[in-house]
This record gives sequence, C-alpha cells and structure tokens, in this order.
Amino acid sequence: MPLSLDEVKRIAYLARIEISESEALRTQGQLNDIFGLIERMQAVDTSAVEPMTHAQGRALRLREDGVTESDQKSLFQSVAPQVEEGLYLVPKVIE
Amino acid sequence: MFNASLKEIAAALGARKISSVDLTEQFLDRIGRLNGDLNAFITVDRAKSLAQAREADARIARGDAAPLTGIPIAHKDIFCARGWLTSCGSKMLSNFVSPYDAHVIEQFNRAGAVILGKTNMDEFAMGSSNETSFYGPVKNPWDRAFVPGGSSGGSACAIAARLAPGATGTDTGGSIRQPAALSGITGLKPTYGRVSRYGMVAFASSLDQGGAMGKSAEDVALLLNVMAGFDARDSTSLERSPEDFAGALAQPWAGAAAEQPLAGLRIGVAREHFGAGLAADVAEAVRGALAEFERLGASRVDIELPRSELSVPAYYVIAPAEASSNLSRFDGVRYGYRAPEYRDLLDMYCKTRAQGFGAEVKRRILIGTYVLSHGYYDAYYLKAQRIRRLIAEDFARAFSRCDLIMGPTSPTVAFPLGSKVSDPVQMYLNDIYTIPPNLAGLPAMSLPCGFGAGNLPVGLHVVGDYFSEARMLKVAHHFQRATDWHLRAPKGI
Amino acid sequence: MEWETVIGLEVHAQLSTASKIFSGASTQFGAPPNAQACAVDIALPGVLPVANRGAVERAIRFGLAVNGMSAHNINRRSVFARKNYFYPDLPKGYQISQYELPVVLGGTINIVLRDGEKAVRLTRAHLEEDAGKSLHEDFHGMSGIDLNRAGTPLLEIVSEPDMRSAEEAVAYARALHSLVRWIDICDGNMQEGSFRCDANVSVRPKGAQALGTRREIKNLNSFRFLQQAIEFEARWQIETIQDGGTIVQATVLFDPDTGETRAMRTKEDAHDYRYFPDPDLPPLVVTEATIAEIRASMPELPEQRRRRYMSEFGLSAYDAALLTADRELGEHFEEVVRHSLKEGEPLAGADFKLCANWVINEVSAKLNEENLPAAKAGVGGDTLGHILRRLREGAINAKTAKDLFSEFWSEARESAYARRGGDPRRVDALIESRGLKQMSDEGALEAIVDQVLGANAKSVEEYRSGKQKAFNALIGQAMKATGGKGNPARISEILRRKLAS
Repeated sequence: MPLSLDEVKRIAYLARIEISESEALRTQGQLNDIFGLIERMQAVDTSAVEPMTHAQGRALRLREDGVTESDQKSLFQSVAPQVEEGLYLVPKVIE
Repeated sequence: MFNASLKEIAAALGARKISSVDLTEQFLDRIGRLNGDLNAFITVDRAKSLAQAREADARIARGDAAPLTGIPIAHKDIFCARGWLTSCGSKMLSNFVSPYDAHVIEQFNRAGAVILGKTNMDEFAMGSSNETSFYGPVKNPWDRAFVPGGSSGGSACAIAARLAPGATGTDTGGSIRQPAALSGITGLKPTYGRVSRYGMVAFASSLDQGGAMGKSAEDVALLLNVMAGFDARDSTSLERSPEDFAGALAQPWAGAAAEQPLAGLRIGVAREHFGAGLAADVAEAVRGALAEFERLGASRVDIELPRSELSVPAYYVIAPAEASSNLSRFDGVRYGYRAPEYRDLLDMYCKTRAQGFGAEVKRRILIGTYVLSHGYYDAYYLKAQRIRRLIAEDFARAFSRCDLIMGPTSPTVAFPLGSKVSDPVQMYLNDIYTIPPNLAGLPAMSLPCGFGAGNLPVGLHVVGDYFSEARMLKVAHHFQRATDWHLRAPKGI
Repeated sequence: MEWETVIGLEVHAQLSTASKIFSGASTQFGAPPNAQACAVDIALPGVLPVANRGAVERAIRFGLAVNGMSAHNINRRSVFARKNYFYPDLPKGYQISQYELPVVLGGTINIVLRDGEKAVRLTRAHLEEDAGKSLHEDFHGMSGIDLNRAGTPLLEIVSEPDMRSAEEAVAYARALHSLVRWIDICDGNMQEGSFRCDANVSVRPKGAQALGTRREIKNLNSFRFLQQAIEFEARWQIETIQDGGTIVQATVLFDPDTGETRAMRTKEDAHDYRYFPDPDLPPLVVTEATIAEIRASMPELPEQRRRRYMSEFGLSAYDAALLTADRELGEHFEEVVRHSLKEGEPLAGADFKLCANWVINEVSAKLNEENLPAAKAGVGGDTLGHILRRLREGAINAKTAKDLFSEFWSEARESAYARRGGDPRRVDALIESRGLKQMSDEGALEAIVDQVLGANAKSVEEYRSGKQKAFNALIGQAMKATGGKGNPARISEILRRKLAS
C-alpha cells in the first residue's frame, strides 16, 4: 500500500521532523521503495505465531527500592542548551 | 608493535620492553599520520589517553596488571565515555561531552586499558557503509575508493590499518561483522545480553549488542573477556557466571586430537546462504574456508533456514520502530543540538530534529513512526515480530543438527564509496546474512577467509547457538592457526 | 426530561517508594529543581530503565485489596509499553506505561452512601511513570522544566462508568483514597499531587442504555473540586443538549476560581501514541510465591473491618463506614472499646454504639478541626476508653466525661500534639481530687429538685401549661445546682415525679 504525500507529512509531523514539500516528495518515493521490500513479509502466514518482542524470553529483573543516585545537576546541565535557576528552558509551553 | 597481537603487546608491557605511554604515543602518532585520509577516528585526545597510559604504567610497575592493562583500545563513538565527545556520528550529538561512562568503558577502565580515541560510525549506527556519518565517510584501507562497511566502519578501519590494536563495536543488524568482513578483520557480536547496553546510545534496543573487533579470534576473545559481564543497570543484561573466552582457545574440539583439532565439529551450511545475490568471488572464498575446516576435521551438515529471506523486511520494520522511539529524546531540550532559530516549541522540535539528524536517520525514524502508527501496527510491527519468532525457530531447528552455522558475512566484497547511497533498498540488502542472528539474539562473528575482486577481503560468517562464544572463538582460532588471511595487512599500511 | 449523569474515574496514585520506578533517584517532594533528576530521569543517551520492586509490590497489594485478597485479578505476566509523544516534561519522548497487559485487571471498590451501599467496578490498575513539570513563570518568554517528578511511580486506577452523581464519585474517590493509604501504597497527599483524579463525565436521558459522549475533566486534586467540577460539567452538558447542541469528546480543565470547566487547547494532532512493548524491559512476571508473601503482609482491609463492625459490634453500616474511613481511626476506636470494658467484662458486653458515637462525634470532629491524622489524636484510645468505662459504671456523667476529654485534648494541643493529653490514671485521680463523682444520692437530689422548683415558679407554670422546653430548663437548673455532677437520669425522674404530683 503506497504512502500518500499527506501520510509522509503526517508521520514527519508525528516524529517532529520539519519536512519541505520537495523533501516530502523525495521521501515518499524512497519510503515506497522500502515498503516494497517490507511488504514481502505479507507472503507468509503468521496467524498462529506469537510475536517475539525480546531476544530472550526472560522475566523482568526487579531492583530493590532504595535511593542510589545523588544530585549531579550541575554536571548534567553543563551540556544543556539553555538553563536558568536549575531549570531547562524551552519555548513557552501552552496548555 | 602495530602488527603485534594483544598477547604479544601485553607481554612486551609486562616485560617492560615498552611502556604504555610509548605504546600509546606510537599509535597516536600513527593516527595523526593516517587518519586525515582514512577518517577512522572522530576524536582523539592525546592528553587524556596519555594520562591513562601513565596510570597503567604505574599499575604495571605495582605488579597488578590485568591482561589488557596499558593497551590502547579504540571505542566506537556510540559508547558514552565521561569527558569525551560522544557524537554517535551525528550532528545531533556533535556537542555532547558525555557526563558518564558506559558499562563497557567502565570495564575497560577497570582493566587498565587506555582509551585511544572514539571511532567514526554511521550516524546512530544506521548504515552499512559508514557514509551516513556527520563526520564524513571512512575509507577502506585496502582501497580508499571503497567503503569499509558499517556501521562500525571506523573501528574496522582502525584495526585493518593498524591504527589500534583492538576496538569495540556494536551490532544491530551486522554492524560489527559486515565491516569486519569488508575490512578484513575479525569481529564478534555476542549473544544478546552478554554485553551491557548501559551507556551505549540506543538504536534498536532489542537487537543492539556491543562486541569486539580485532586482528584475530584470540584478540577478540581477550577484548570480550573485558566487555562481557552482568550489569544491573541493563534489564536485559544476563546474569551468568564469568567466562574466560581466551583460556581454552588452543585446546582441540571436545574429543578431537591435535592433528585434526576440529574433528567432531558439525558445521551447518544453509542452501539459502549460497543463492542468487551472492557474488562468485565471495562464494569461492567461503567454500575454500569450509574446505579448510574439513581438513581440520570438521564435518558439513546441510541445514535449512527457510525464512531467512524474510529477515530483511522484518528487520526494517522492527529496527526503525524501536529507533523512532529511542531517538525521540533528541529534542534540543536537555543536551545536544538545538536549532538556532525557531518560532515556538513545536517549531523548535521540528527544526532541531530536521537539522540535527541526517537523511538516513530521518528515513528510518519515518519508517518506524509509520509502522507503529494507528492502523498499521498489526500489519507491520506485529507481523514482523511474528516473523522474528519464525526466524529464531529456524535457528533452533538447525542447531539441533549442527554446532555452528557458516556462510558468507556479506554478499559482496566492499563496494565503491557513493555507489549505493542513493538506493536504500540495495544498501539494506547488504545485511541479508547478518540480520537473522540479531533477530534471534544469537552470537555471530566474521573472520577473514580470503580475497575477492579488486583484492578486497572476504569474511566468513559463523553463527553459534546461545552462549557458544567460547566455542566459536576456539573454532575460529584453529582456523587462524591453519591459515594466514587474518595476518594480511593492506598495502602501504 | 429527567437526566442521568454517568461518571467514571481515573485516579493517579503516586506510590510511596523511596526511589523512582525506573531509576535510583529519590522521590521526595520539594527538592530544588532537577536535583532529583538522575541520568535515567533526564534520558541521557544510552541510559536504561530498571524496574523498582517496591512499585510492583504496591501494585500487587492494591490488586489483592480490591479483590477480597484473591489474586485472580493479578496478571501473572504484564508488559511495560512505550507511549510516544513529544512534550518538554517527558524527557525520553515516551512514557513507560502498561498498556495492553496491565498488572491488575478488575476488582471492586464498595462505597457506602447515606441510602445504602454500592459496588464500583474497577477496569484495571496499571503501573507507569510520572512526567516532570513545566513551570510557566516567565523566563524571558520561556518555560522552565523541572524533571524531579519525572519517573515517580504511579498506579493509574481506572473505574468502570458506574457512578451516577458527583456524591457517588466523591464517595468512590474517598474510599479509594482511604484504601491506598490503608494498605500503605500511597501517602494520599493531594496538595502535593500524590492522588490526582480525572473524571469522565457524560449525561443521558434517564433509562437510556447507550452512554452519552464523555468529556474528561483532568487533574482534580481535591474532593471538593471533584464534586464541583462534576456538578458543573453535568449541568453544562444537560443545558447544552437541551439548547440543541451536541457534546464533543474533549479534555477539559476545572477552574476552581470560577467553578467552571473549559476545554483544553486542542492539540493540533490527533493523538497517535504509537504504543509498543518497551524493548528495554522484559515482561513483568508475578509468581505465586510473591503473591503469597505479599498477601501475608497485608493488614485487615477496610471492607473486612467494616463488615466485622457491623456483624460483631452491631454498628450501622454508616457508622461502620465512618470508622473504617481510615485505618488508624478504626484502630483508635477498637482501643477505646477495649478500655471501656468494666472489670472482667467480656468484649461482647461493650457498649459499641457509645464508643462509636464518641469516636465519630468527638474524636473525628476534633481531628477534622485540627486537620490531624487519627494516629495523632490528642487523647489516647486508652484514656478515652477509661473515661467511657467510668461513665458506663455511673461514676461520672456524660458532661464530666466530655469536660475531661476536652481538657485532655487541650493539653495535647498545647504540646502541638507532640504528647497525648491525660492518661487513665489521671482520669481517676481527677475524679477523686475534683470531686467529679456523679451525684446519685436520692435524698440529696430530691432536696436540690425541691429547691429548684421553689425558685422557678414561672418555669413550673409554663411546664404545666404544656411547654416541654420549660422541663429542660428545670433540669438545667438542677444540674447547675449539683455543680454539673448530678446524675441527669435520676434528676429527670425525680423532677417528673414531683411535677406530676
């Protein structure tokens, strides 16, 4: 099922990637080539097969509840684009 | 020293024939001479490396050296190393000096190894040619007009060009093995969960696995000894008692005698690995290697991996799906690149990500976003996960009849720089043999087994059952004792 | 037309773990911005989540508590998924939350209303991580992001749309609030956001089967706001329909200042969260051994205790519900009962109703006044029980009992509730030293009544002309004449007899 140009723009928006009209067109062609490859999956009947989400069928390991981390804010924020008063600054959030 | 094995280097350091500082300086100088052309390293930091080397020398002097103490090791730029730029080959992280160490880096630091530098790679490990790096392509030392393979192309090139005695890599769909094959070195991707993913920038979490790259199986075993091990900070890390992958390399296969050390070894050969799409030169070299194994006593078993052709389509659903989510954290808020100009929050996100990611990364994020989106999840994502199980089951059946599976690592030898960049599908099909073990979580390695067209190296792909790394390395080691493919170095290097 | 409101609640209860659900950072409230946001919480490249056993155990405790201790509603295998969306307070670009397979599936919360009981069915309860906070104070036109709260464990408890009025919704929320504190999984602090309610509200003509279109009121952090918001929203929906409008599904916010709800700025994209199982976290497997261990550590549940108070103590459903609204209050009540027993008296002989009335009317009232938890009650259960014992024995009258109780409570208040007021021995000592012993001597009381009748001819006349009030005034005078120590029952009897003659 070929992707429409609108779908390409929609997923670019969902992924928060700005895309120009010409990029969207080029991307549409490439994605449709790739989905041509992906569609080969549909040839095999998998209705009776359980999906495999992890490489090993193991159970989640649980950590004991306890505080093991200390304040490293100044180190972490030394690589931040914009901080003030210990806060990460972003363009105004409107609810 | 540049052609010496890790064992030989360790012996020289131990005998005080050379200091770690001298050794590190020699490699740094060599990198200084050759890296401008090869582009294997993104970052070297002489002062940092030499400081570690001095510590290593003191440790050696104290007499408590571990096997890799004082040996400089190159790390793929996907591993976070405190105080080092950790770019992952991306503009997005081109200003990210990591505030912490990956588990793998901690392990090497604990072993007293020296960080020689951070190696070039495809952006976020997405690529098979090392051409998607923000820092430019890496060249194949065997012929600089050709790609070294990817995504761990910088590490492969560094080993092949003798810029580093050992290196780390990561492998999501072949990113250690394919560049190892194309660059003529040995590389191993362990069983999923052997090497902690903590501090390894995530591409596709259920497939990513750190591994080792070196000149020989023996070197790889020594590197793996340091890298592998349980880490409580990775929920998929396996709790297993420590193993010495290097200790029993020279011993023959169980029950075999010295003159035929691999007698009893059953090598599975799948028809599917020798079908259309496999270049004749590669097929010939791989058949030659299989004949050599038979001379060493191994027997051949015909096996079937009927669903292996579905691995590429399934992989190109699963890996982008996970990647699209893993890469959402790169939003310009807490670290990394932020677009210089934007109208509002939404625009900041969209511009930061449009400018910070390269074309291939964006392509895969879009694929992943699409296959997870409403209405397509079942048809793509769940379908791919089901095929993933079928592929794992194919392997389980095969391993009931053989000990290891061998075949070609890559369908062709290295291809010219620029020849596939505009055709993603052709690029993706490069990984047809290397992807299935990632889907199943199995260990797999590539070792040099000859040369093809243009005198470019050919890699032999060895896939083992879960946790059979020690046996795989032993088998590879016996092959390398009987052959000298792995000792060949590129001309002019 | 008569309308019916249909309400379902989604409650986010913050689990009372020391560390976060997927990292070792502290969950303590009130730290400086980002001081408790570790590498995992700020989603540095390469970091990974590791699940907290404390959070999982609390979810299982909840599952057992809402299912009569049976574990049929505990999924033996549940899955953490990623909910993908971009927001500055969501560092990974996804929230880890259980989606298709939650840890708890089903259960019931019984609520008690003035006109009877009602069972509210639970759809599910699942574990998830909280997001950080966007602070909207102006930083040169920008917002500040504090990620201290990011990764705090939450149990999202989703009810079926079983409630039919704001009162029922509040009763349900209160019962749930009480339960999560009762079983020690959440501190219930609503000001700090430890217990947040979202209400899904729709209306339909009474008798209709189909549900109306619902609107979701987000983030109600007090029971009063919950009540007001639902009432406003239901009225608004009914009026909108009556005016010929239709309800459009929406997320709305409640403004406590205006008492109104308003639709949130609609996000430009239709939500497509692209849920998928988190590849970093294998499935959560709950073993029978874990369940057995947790079950053994559970306290008596409010429901069980409520039934016991009704069957063993003969209390009304309403009183029993009030006494089990919180675990400590019930424990306080039982302590009062034990100490109210006379020498050698079996538990069955206790005056449960008397004790219940005292705890509900006196103790609860004071706790509410002072905004104190029952554990901090100014007068200990032993002391109050002893006062009631003396009352039941006839040694003191009810007024003296109340005076003593109030005096003791004031002592506690003076110590800022660091100490309790009074103790059983002081009860007896004060009765002795202040001569508080009830006057029951017939001759003395008769003399006092005669004196009161003589001095209040007007009241006597009024009583005889049919004014009942005058009788009470006379009793009051007689009590006053005894210095408050007279036995009111005896005085009343003597008075009645004398007035009749």
